[in-house]
Amino acid sequence: MNRRLSLVAALAAGALVLAACGGDDDAAPATDAPSSTEAGTSDGGDCPTITDGKLTIATGNPAYSPWVENDAPESGEGFEAAVALAVAEELGYTGENVVWVRTSFDEAIQPGAKSFDFNLQQYSITTERAEIVSFSDPYYSSNQAVVALAGSAAEGATSVADLVDVKFGAQAGTTSLDFISEVIQPTAEAFAYDDNAGAKAALEAGQVDAIVVDLPTALYISAVEIEGSAVIGQFPATAGGTTDDFGLLFEKDNPLVACVNAALATLRDGGQLDAFAQQWLSDNAGVPVIAVG
Amino acid sequence: MSDLPGTGASGPTRRQLYERRQRRRSIVVAVASTLIVVGAIVVLVPKTPGWYRVRRSFFNGETFAETFPRLAEAFVLDLKIFAWCAPCILVWGLLLALARGVRTPALFPLRLFAAAYTDVFRGVPVILTILLVGFGIPGLGLDRPWNSPYLWGSVALVLAYSAYVAEVFRAGIESVHESQRAAARSLGLSSGQTMRHVVLPQAVRRVVPPLMNDMVSLQKDVALISLIGPIEVLRQAGIDKSKFANFTPYLGAALLFILLTIPETRIVDHLQNRQRRRTGATAIR
Repeated sequence: MNRRLSLVAALAAGALVLAACGGDDDAAPATDAPSSTEAGTSDGGDCPTITDGKLTIATGNPAYSPWVENDAPESGEGFEAAVALAVAEELGYTGENVVWVRTSFDEAIQPGAKSFDFNLQQYSITTERAEIVSFSDPYYSSNQAVVALAGSAAEGATSVADLVDVKFGAQAGTTSLDFISEVIQPTAEAFAYDDNAGAKAALEAGQVDAIVVDLPTALYISAVEIEGSAVIGQFPATAGGTTDDFGLLFEKDNPLVACVNAALATLRDGGQLDAFAQQWLSDNAGVPVIAVG
Repeated sequence: MSDLPGTGASGPTRRQLYERRQRRRSIVVAVASTLIVVGAIVVLVPKTPGWYRVRRSFFNGETFAETFPRLAEAFVLDLKIFAWCAPCILVWGLLLALARGVRTPALFPLRLFAAAYTDVFRGVPVILTILLVGFGIPGLGLDRPWNSPYLWGSVALVLAYSAYVAEVFRAGIESVHESQRAAARSLGLSSGQTMRHVVLPQAVRRVVPPLMNDMVSLQKDVALISLIGPIEVLRQAGIDKSKFANFTPYLGAALLFILLTIPETRIVDHLQNRQRRRTGATAIR
């Protein structure tokens, strides 16, 4: 009986070796070339999409306000929904030809082939990410901002030194979390959550004193979502903070980027991007600035 | 060459020589077979078309070196949480198992409670328990430090895992033959004394391997505490993954878990073997 088992094991090992033998294609370290299907657009052929005649746009699951209202990007309500549909129209896709899919935040910034033409979920353009995926030109610039409940330790902070003893929370894998650890550098390590919903729950439960999110999200949270919360301040680039440029995210070296950049330039020059910001994002003017350093 | 067994002075017997030859041959075959399989993997896998990309994404030396120190630091949190949860789970699980086994009619509600408890907490996914207890209870209005996610996350893990451990203990207790109880009672020991001095020692020794299983599983589920805030090793690996757009940090985290688990299980195996040798259970091959 033992001999039979070892024979089976040897055969299995042999099969493994043979299977590994198959697929003798060249192992050239070329990056993925996107499937260049014929595009059914008015640009004709040099703006390929993954599906003929349709533009596949991805966003988060769920997609939050004020970027997408009611988690329904097809309606075009919400800043990002509006921008995406405007870009699609510039490229020649409208109505039924715009397909929305959902991905998690992390899913899209991994190497490999994508299930969408571009993804927008407030992705900040960073050099590390740009090595793995491609970004369009920025469609919005946002500052980091701090949200806290009334009466918390973060209230009334005017500089980063006032925030050093505050317990922070932020969504994991975002530039907000990096901002806390690199710029604010509090004494207590920040808590990280899967998504902003976790950070908001922790804020309400008093487990964190303050959370860091981008400014439009901060304004929405304090105005609509959490009662008794307020935006303590923002960190613009002029005060030594960082300004996050949001860009549309593409598979690496996707030729569609050039087409989309052209569309964005048209929208920017025509004032439409500003108009969308006015319509969907709260007025940032009244938020106090927190000095860095 | 002597045919007389046991006369060590005249050299090994024919049987011993034969066994020695067989052993040597098995070792040679085992080594050769291992070399072939490992060699095949090492030589042929890099020839696959996607190898370069996979290696850059999953086995990147630079990223590994850069992220490993922080991962090790975060792992200490996992160890701490495991260190204070594991004893609580064992104690609470044992109490539940005993509660489930009470036979006096007056204590029936206790038995009911234990049965309902194990059903509910084995049925509900641990993630839900952690979110409900970790966010929900502090949200009722507790002040710091009583609303700490470390505290309530650990409570949630204890609640969830005790249900599994209780069932393991119950299996151990029920596997001790009824005659042991009968003998103990006939010697004049009370029910409680029987349990404490006769049944439990045997039961607990029997269920050490499945308990080990649950403990190892607990080590990995400690990572779920990252859902409610604390940055432990898997969360740190996830943050690094997003920052470097590379999966290698997860490899570092896996290495840390394995480095913990392997010595642990070998030590327990050794203790078990020592126990078996003492009771003469290894006399027959």
